Amino acid sequence: MTFFSRSRIDREIDEELRIHIQMRADDLEQSGLDRAEAERRARIEFGGELKIKEDTRAAAGIAWLDTLMQDVRFSVRVLRKSPGFAVTAIVTLALGIGANAIVFSVLNAFILRPLNVPDAETLYQLERGKDKEGVQSYPDYRDLRDRNHSFDDLAAYDIALAGLDTGDGNPTRAWVDVVTGNYFDALHLQPFLGRYFHSADEHGVGSAPYAVLTYEFWHAHFNDDPSVIGRVVRINRRPVTILGVTPPDFHGTMLFFGPQMFVPLVHEEAAATNRLNARGSRWLFQVVGHLKPGVTIQQAVADLNAIGADLEKTYPKDDAQMTFVLARPGLYGDYLGPVVQGFLLGLMLLAALILVAACANLGSLFAARAADRAREVALRLALGAGRARIVRQLLTEAVVIALLGGAAGVAVSLVVLRGLSAWQPFARFPIHMAVAPDAKVYVVALLVSLASGLFCGAVPIRQVLRTGPYEIVKAGPIGVTSRRFAVRDLLLVAQLAICAVLVTSSLVAIRGLVRSTHSRFGFDPHDALLLDTDLGMAGYAPNTAAPAQKRILDALGRLAGVESVGYIDQPPLWVGTNTMTVYNDRTTDLRPVNAAGNPAVFHVSPDYFRAAGTRMLSGRSVSWHDDASAPFVAVVNQQFVRKILGSVADPIGAHFKLRGGTRVEVVGVVEDGKYASLTENPLPVMFVSFQQLPSTATWFVLRSARNPQELAGAARTALLSVDAALPVTTETWDSELNSGAVHFGPRVASAALGVLGVMAAMLSVTGIFGLAAYSLSRRTREIGIRIALGANHREVLRAVLGRSVKLLAIGSIAGLVLGLLASRVLAFIVYQATPRDPIVLSGVVVAMALLGLVGTWIPAQRALAVSPLLLMRDE
Amino acid sequence: MSPEARLLPGTLDLLILKAVSLGPLHGYGVLLRIQQISANALLIEQGALYPALFRLVRQGLLKTSWGTSDNNRRAKFYELTAAGRARLREETTEWNRSAAAIATALGATPEEA
Repeated sequence: MTFFSRSRIDREIDEELRIHIQMRADDLEQSGLDRAEAERRARIEFGGELKIKEDTRAAAGIAWLDTLMQDVRFSVRVLRKSPGFAVTAIVTLALGIGANAIVFSVLNAFILRPLNVPDAETLYQLERGKDKEGVQSYPDYRDLRDRNHSFDDLAAYDIALAGLDTGDGNPTRAWVDVVTGNYFDALHLQPFLGRYFHSADEHGVGSAPYAVLTYEFWHAHFNDDPSVIGRVVRINRRPVTILGVTPPDFHGTMLFFGPQMFVPLVHEEAAATNRLNARGSRWLFQVVGHLKPGVTIQQAVADLNAIGADLEKTYPKDDAQMTFVLARPGLYGDYLGPVVQGFLLGLMLLAALILVAACANLGSLFAARAADRAREVALRLALGAGRARIVRQLLTEAVVIALLGGAAGVAVSLVVLRGLSAWQPFARFPIHMAVAPDAKVYVVALLVSLASGLFCGAVPIRQVLRTGPYEIVKAGPIGVTSRRFAVRDLLLVAQLAICAVLVTSSLVAIRGLVRSTHSRFGFDPHDALLLDTDLGMAGYAPNTAAPAQKRILDALGRLAGVESVGYIDQPPLWVGTNTMTVYNDRTTDLRPVNAAGNPAVFHVSPDYFRAAGTRMLSGRSVSWHDDASAPFVAVVNQQFVRKILGSVADPIGAHFKLRGGTRVEVVGVVEDGKYASLTENPLPVMFVSFQQLPSTATWFVLRSARNPQELAGAARTALLSVDAALPVTTETWDSELNSGAVHFGPRVASAALGVLGVMAAMLSVTGIFGLAAYSLSRRTREIGIRIALGANHREVLRAVLGRSVKLLAIGSIAGLVLGLLASRVLAFIVYQATPRDPIVLSGVVVAMALLGLVGTWIPAQRALAVSPLLLMRDE
Repeated sequence: MSPEARLLPGTLDLLILKAVSLGPLHGYGVLLRIQQISANALLIEQGALYPALFRLVRQGLLKTSWGTSDNNRRAKFYELTAAGRARLREETTEWNRSAAAIATALGATPEEA
């Protein structure tokens, strides 16, 4: 029933009763009375009009709504009278509910909501071996696909950065999913426009020259032009035909990463080394498929393991640990999934704690208010209002505030989430985060608002029910009986502790972040410029790439101001590492089980270490003579010496073997560094000569005494003078590193914890303020008397604020201890996250003291300004 | 005027349904009609009438429309719905049966031994 029909029915009842009385008066008039007397008599006969109206309204079934509206109207009126209280309460709740709405939306987008593919609930990715590796080799994939009985179909893809030339001769970079022919069919996808390619289109290496665009890429780069279907574009200099466009909500099978187009891998393998028959080369990024209806995960795993065991037996040189598990593909299974889940659940917990703190605060604000309003409540009780009605009124007031706060919180969260969705933290990677809230989020926010409103409203109820009208009307508010506030004290301590936990963790995270940007990681990013390109994008194969890279090195070396210039296939701490299986020199049975290890491998030019600032500890770098015709050599790091060479006394001249049996001589040792992430354990690493093991992936490091940024233009020109068709990016190594994935985790953690910490601090201030103001209002009379008796400032403050300060100290210490424990968790994300840091400890103490000062400032001023004379007059 | 009988609890609704079944009536008309058909034997408290009317409307037994009364006053008229007619039939049967039973019971004389 709407409010409109309520007032309509009210009017109707009024009208009808009026007519009734008129009609009765008409009759009485006819029987000889004059009109006025007739109307008077009619009204008397009719009886208590108000009560009849009330009864009639109840009979029409709107009484409850009427009371509710009365309560709401009264609440709004009361809240308007104390705007300070209303605003504080609404903002407090908006913070709590906003934080929850934001975190829940993200949680919802990444964990609760399935991938945007049809039948997402049956889609799994394969993970192999004890390390649960997602990457597989193409021959293994083909065997698994063709021999299993558990999946509808299995599709696989690799992620590649390609040079895309749409016809203007100026190639740009595009992120491409290089996929198996059955990719779209295996995912049960229908095209938005045009058609897809299928496995029937695959006719060996170099066949199927097709591309399918994602909707977003088509929208952004082709302006929704349907005529692109059938157009020929060049990818890595080789022509492909655009076949179709995927549906708008499809972004591949990963949640974070959105490719721009899909190209058949049989076609792309023609450009690089053909890996379609290399069973030991695991480069397929993800293998995914839908389970057949009725097949359980256990059955599928048993099925895959049987095939795996057979493959291990048949190909002992290439295949080991061919056992499988199934995982959800959206967060790349067990690689990202648990990390993201853990982080988001942690955030959710913190957000929930913030809400609890907000409610605790509001609870004491409401309680303080209830105490201030004791006279009003007592008066209403004395005038005969039912306690139930008064309680309902208080609850309505709390719910009105909660709903307003909830609405404000959701509004704020919408803005933040819109920002998050459009957020591109890495310039180079198409990050995709669809975190826009859906109906679920709104429902949760509404429920949370209602629940917190009822909770806050319920806090002062006991107090109200205990109110005896006579005492209060007679004597005014009664003095403090300290036990009464035990629960409220506990709430405040809990909230201060939460705040201290957050302040501690965010300081730990920020310190870690700062430390990580000032630490050495085995190279020196200052005064260095990075140029990156990929010769594969200009149609080079690895064997033709090395001469071109050498020509570019020469051109760059001739630039004025360049001290040294080196080549590396990808800089450390960029995106993970490539690994290679190596064997002890004495091993003859070269099966994966006998491997000495899987060191990371980088391809470098002779001058790389000098340009990168990596310290050479002994021996020499690779040289220009270490080319394809010379014996294989490698420079290794200390961890390689320890782990793979077994800490030999003199590693220089030692040998190890590669998978094919090639012997490699160690010619130099460099310092250890960080290669894939800042929190990794020391990794064994080998650096090989780019002339002996070439790669089309290309980065140049230029070291200069000048500001490296000034070199960028000249360096780019020099590079393009070798091949004008290369897409090039230049950036200083410092900024590349700082904006890169390496600092992303710590940055997000610091930012999230910082924001939550600021919110918790704001809440704590209101909490302390609430308590101090409350105890002041209860003890004003006492303080007046103390001042009159000659108490000095310190004694007055101790009387008013002693309790708040004590609680602040207890809460801060508890929170600090908890925060120190929590930073162990942080150590997984943040480099050297340690709470044993004087700056962190003193930072927390200062922050909490500041909160106390801000929270108690106004009550303290008011306490000192208490005038005994005014008080006496009041009474 | 003969002393008026007190209304038995629960009978007001039945009387209203009966009164309205004889033709559409406004509120005051319902009052008059009940007095008329009960030969002024029943006293209807005016205050009880309107809650009952609104209750019957809410139960879907009566429907309302605004019209003009005999002496040209705008008034809300009540008439029976199909459900109201059915209810009136049931309640009438029910009432007659129980009234007869009570009358029989009260009319009993001591049995000859």
